[in-house]
Amino acid sequence: MSSTFDQIANIIAETCDIPRDTIKPESHAIDDLGIDSLDFLDIAFAIDKAFGIKMPLEKWTQEVNDGKATTEQYFVLKNLADRIDELVAAKNAGTGAAS
Amino acid sequence: MNLDYFVLIDRILDLDLAERTIKVEAQVPERHTIFEGHFPGFPIMPGVLLTEAMAQSSGWLLLGVLKFERMPFLAIVKEAKMRGFVSPGQLLTIDAKVEHEGSGFAVTKAKGRVGKDLKCSAEITFGLAPFPDPAFRVHMDAMANKIGFPLQAMPHD
Repeated sequence: MSSTFDQIANIIAETCDIPRDTIKPESHAIDDLGIDSLDFLDIAFAIDKAFGIKMPLEKWTQEVNDGKATTEQYFVLKNLADRIDELVAAKNAGTGAAS
Repeated sequence: MNLDYFVLIDRILDLDLAERTIKVEAQVPERHTIFEGHFPGFPIMPGVLLTEAMAQSSGWLLLGVLKFERMPFLAIVKEAKMRGFVSPGQLLTIDAKVEHEGSGFAVTKAKGRVGKDLKCSAEITFGLAPFPDPAFRVHMDAMANKIGFPLQAMPHD
């Protein structure tokens, strides 16, 4: 079974037509890969479906806007993979969405 | 349909918030200037208007699901398929269902039929945002009443 990062990278490559080999764990979805908010909606839909979760994008955005978090925490892909793993773990534990 | 005002939906026939589905009717007008150009001697509903009708149907469904707290704005149309011609005077029935409700967005699938014939289908993504103006919300309430939005599904202030 592929890693969370690999699954995300494959989704991004397919959704945004970005060469798979240019997508690295250290890549920032916005700053490095140039993914805009509309493409990110598509990616979020694919990730939600693939992992059976609901990524709290609005909460994350609010935290960034309020200065409580950086975009790197959510949009550098290795960090995004960690957030997704947390959400999946919380779902499996029956505790709802992790944040 | 009131094409001049871009109102594509006439009636809500069924809204099931538990199943997250809607069924609506849209009566294509017998005459309109659109049909004079699209096309001379062969008037048919433009595919872009069929797509808009599916989007509006999905929008009413999402307004119900969201209890009118947010407005769905069209963001992405995928797999839009025009499967057959829709002519002036035909009655279009559109079914839509929520495919996914994400954080700040929702995805629906919609199908339009004339009788039993499938005429169009699409997967549609909406961004969900607070109403940008109170007058807009008032307008949507009035529209909801006009097209038979079920009273029990309307929020009560």
